[in-house]
Amino acid sequence: QGRFTLLRDTRTDGSFLVHHFLSFYLRAGCKVCFVALLQSFSHYNIVAQKLGVSLTAAKERGQLVFLEGLKSCLELVFGEEEEQPGQPSPLQFLCTCDLRALFDFVRVSLTPTDGDSWKGPVLLVDDLSVLLSLGATPVAVLDFIHYCRVSVCSQLKGNVVVLVHSHEDSEDEENELVVTSLCHHSDLILWAEGLATGFCKDVHGQIRIIKRLSLQQAGEQDLIQIYQYKIQDRNITFFARGLSAAVL
Amino acid sequence: LVFTEEDKYGLYSNLLFKYFLAEGIVCGHDLFVASAKEHPDNILKELPAPLLDDTYGKELGDEAAAVKSEDFQDSMKIAWRYQNLPKMEASPATFTKFGHYYDMSKKMSPELFQSIKWHSFYLHEELSSQPKMKPCNMNSAYTRLLQSIQRIISQGGFDGSDPQKKQKNVLRIGVQSLGSLLWGDDICCSDTPEDIHSLTKFLYVLRGLLRKSLSACIITVPSHLIQNKAIMERVTNLSDMVVGLESFIGSERETNPLYKDYHGLVHVHQIPRLNSLICDVSDTMDLAFRLKRKQFTIECLHLPPDLSDTVSRASKQDLAGSAKLLSSGCGAMAIGKKHLDF
Repeated sequence: QGRFTLLRDTRTDGSFLVHHFLSFYLRAGCKVCFVALLQSFSHYNIVAQKLGVSLTAAKERGQLVFLEGLKSCLELVFGEEEEQPGQPSPLQFLCTCDLRALFDFVRVSLTPTDGDSWKGPVLLVDDLSVLLSLGATPVAVLDFIHYCRVSVCSQLKGNVVVLVHSHEDSEDEENELVVTSLCHHSDLILWAEGLATGFCKDVHGQIRIIKRLSLQQAGEQDLIQIYQYKIQDRNITFFARGLSAAVL
Repeated sequence: LVFTEEDKYGLYSNLLFKYFLAEGIVCGHDLFVASAKEHPDNILKELPAPLLDDTYGKELGDEAAAVKSEDFQDSMKIAWRYQNLPKMEASPATFTKFGHYYDMSKKMSPELFQSIKWHSFYLHEELSSQPKMKPCNMNSAYTRLLQSIQRIISQGGFDGSDPQKKQKNVLRIGVQSLGSLLWGDDICCSDTPEDIHSLTKFLYVLRGLLRKSLSACIITVPSHLIQNKAIMERVTNLSDMVVGLESFIGSERETNPLYKDYHGLVHVHQIPRLNSLICDVSDTMDLAFRLKRKQFTIECLHLPPDLSDTVSRASKQDLAGSAKLLSSGCGAMAIGKKHLDF
């Protein structure tokens, strides 16, 4: 409860973690607000069905609030109707570089209404690095996350899960700034990386799980676990380093 | 969204671009060609002719059979499946269903154009039109291009907005040399461009349009000119498939005997992972291309056996370095240039 989880990928696609958390929280009965900036609803829906969850059903019963970034962006940019003054589009920042409308959307979607019986709210963002590509400044992005944490984690006792991309030799300083800052404030970091030795068919990558115990108690060390993984059509297999099924 | 990094002189990326469009014509898809460099009419005149029998009017299945029966030599293969990696070392039979072969020495005959609808966007002719989109601080040329694409998509019913239209078709969009100076964007000439978000915003809106409609798009970008590498990283995240072409012209690799059979390398930086947890991964990521008189082929990079005693240490190291870079693929990339000694 009240945790901030950072999903990070380096030179590989960490979106399988997003799919996992989405189906995990939905199955657990939480109310989820999913800010999906990079892919369409049907993409997530198809994968979720393979993982045993129906996003359409979750949306209909009010458990899932899905912001399809690409669709909203088209409505904003090509739409002909005038916006209602009280309800700016959550993707307003494309025009104004201001993420406040996005935050309001998140806050309104996760604030429990009468008759809601869901367990804790969850905010899921895929992915945060896109906000920088669309004109938001790193400070604005960090402020947005900060407001989300205050609202979702502290006030509503919910969880926040965010995906970012990064890598060591990156020249995208703004992105690295955001990622480093988020790492310092995360309770849990799941870091998916490509293998150091290059591409391999049987082992798709390595995941580092970092539990930030140092945040909870002074003097504690962070607990770091490293596994390798292989992604299959309906699930992901994790194994200790060097012990992939192909080798044994 | 297929994103192609152009090679230095744009020769080979132009070939890929033309193949994409030619494939569209042969499959009966509609085309949308945009360029600020050449007039789209000229581009379309230069498309390679498909290698088909005289009986072009037949069903696609028959065409596949006709191609199969042609006598193809060892490693001549090109199947341009724009959403998947090109397969190599497979017999032609397995992928003639998805692609066609083209003869580079002949131009496509105008009759083939008759059956499809094609639209063009030549920037310099469109400058007078008024953008009707909401202003979002994007370069005006990009704004106009997006508007034009959106108009074609909705008028052509590619987004399902016209229920009357029974026959669904695919729209293939090709945009040439995006990001270059000709589009009014200065990311290719300055390290701190005035507006670094124009290109990425354009790609985001384009991605939205593609997701909403039955269309596929190829974009070529002169990435070797873009000074600010952060933009390239962001662009990679916003695209589904990213392929880079590196030609050997003018580089030291041209005379390197290890590469003598090839004209350049194909770097696959990213492959699409849509509607699934996994992506279609092939066995190897080391690809090279060569252009013969009639065909442009992409194949596995085979290094010739190291038979000579006089291969100097310098070239060996260079090869090891480049082999390291080669074996890094989109699923995982080698971190650092450490040599692995076995």
